[in-house]
Amino acid sequence: MIKAADVKVGDELPPLTLRITRADLVKYAGASGDFNPIHWNERFATEVGLPGVIAHGMLTMGMAIRVVTDWTGDPGAILEYGVRFGRPVPVPDDGEGALVEVTAKVTKLLDDGTFKVNITAQHDGKSVLGGASARVRLP
Amino acid sequence: MPLDQSFIGRVYPPTPPYEVGREKIREFADAVGATSPVHRDPEAARAAGYKDVIAPPTFAIIVSLKANDVLVEDPDLGLDYSRVVHGDQTFTHTRPITAGDRLVVELHVDGITSRMGNDMLAIRAEVGTDEGEHVCTGRCTLVVRGEDA
Repeated sequence: MIKAADVKVGDELPPLTLRITRADLVKYAGASGDFNPIHWNERFATEVGLPGVIAHGMLTMGMAIRVVTDWTGDPGAILEYGVRFGRPVPVPDDGEGALVEVTAKVTKLLDDGTFKVNITAQHDGKSVLGGASARVRLP
Repeated sequence: MPLDQSFIGRVYPPTPPYEVGREKIREFADAVGATSPVHRDPEAARAAGYKDVIAPPTFAIIVSLKANDVLVEDPDLGLDYSRVVHGDQTFTHTRPITAGDRLVVELHVDGITSRMGNDMLAIRAEVGTDEGEHVCTGRCTLVVRGEDA
């Protein structure tokens, strides 16, 4: 587990590649209780003007924080986590799914001894989570 | 039609308790790819200083989504949910959500603004136990797309 003494502003966290498939969307719908058909029904999604079935923003958010929890080793170290939902992530029905590249960097040591970590998530070279950051307390 | 500004400051009565189960935490952790043993193994969670298995950082969405229903279904507000998009989301934790918690949510309407034909609703979900211990604050903006947007 990483210690506060080993961390400095500017440190980059090991990046992460997420793969999101249609099966992941079904699993997340069940786990979260978000059954909006834009996340599983192609016909409905295209009818409302989307390119097709898209990932839950909350799924991308939930998966992306792993870039920080893998680094801290303790998921309970995340005191705060926030994102803006930018572009949707279309998830094709091809078994391959969609790839999201996640990076993170320590940007601030705050007065209370916690660290601010900025997170980026890109699909197809474009940002899908805006202004994403977490505040973590390290031992 | 723009949303009624008099809803700003409104607080809805707390939801009935939601009991957080170990298996629900495991299911949610699996769904977001959270692999840590503290989501699955009570012994590992205790060794890490927790009372029982803890939930991943975005688990509170389950109870805040449920709590949003009172707002969505409030006929006086008249929200057209088919036009609603989740704009942003933040969770601030007093402590991790833990198996065995009985969570109640109090929903606050913090703001209603209008921009380029869209209504933005700033909502705050105060998540605590039914014994009054604060656990988490969820803040989100719901964007209601205008008829022409």
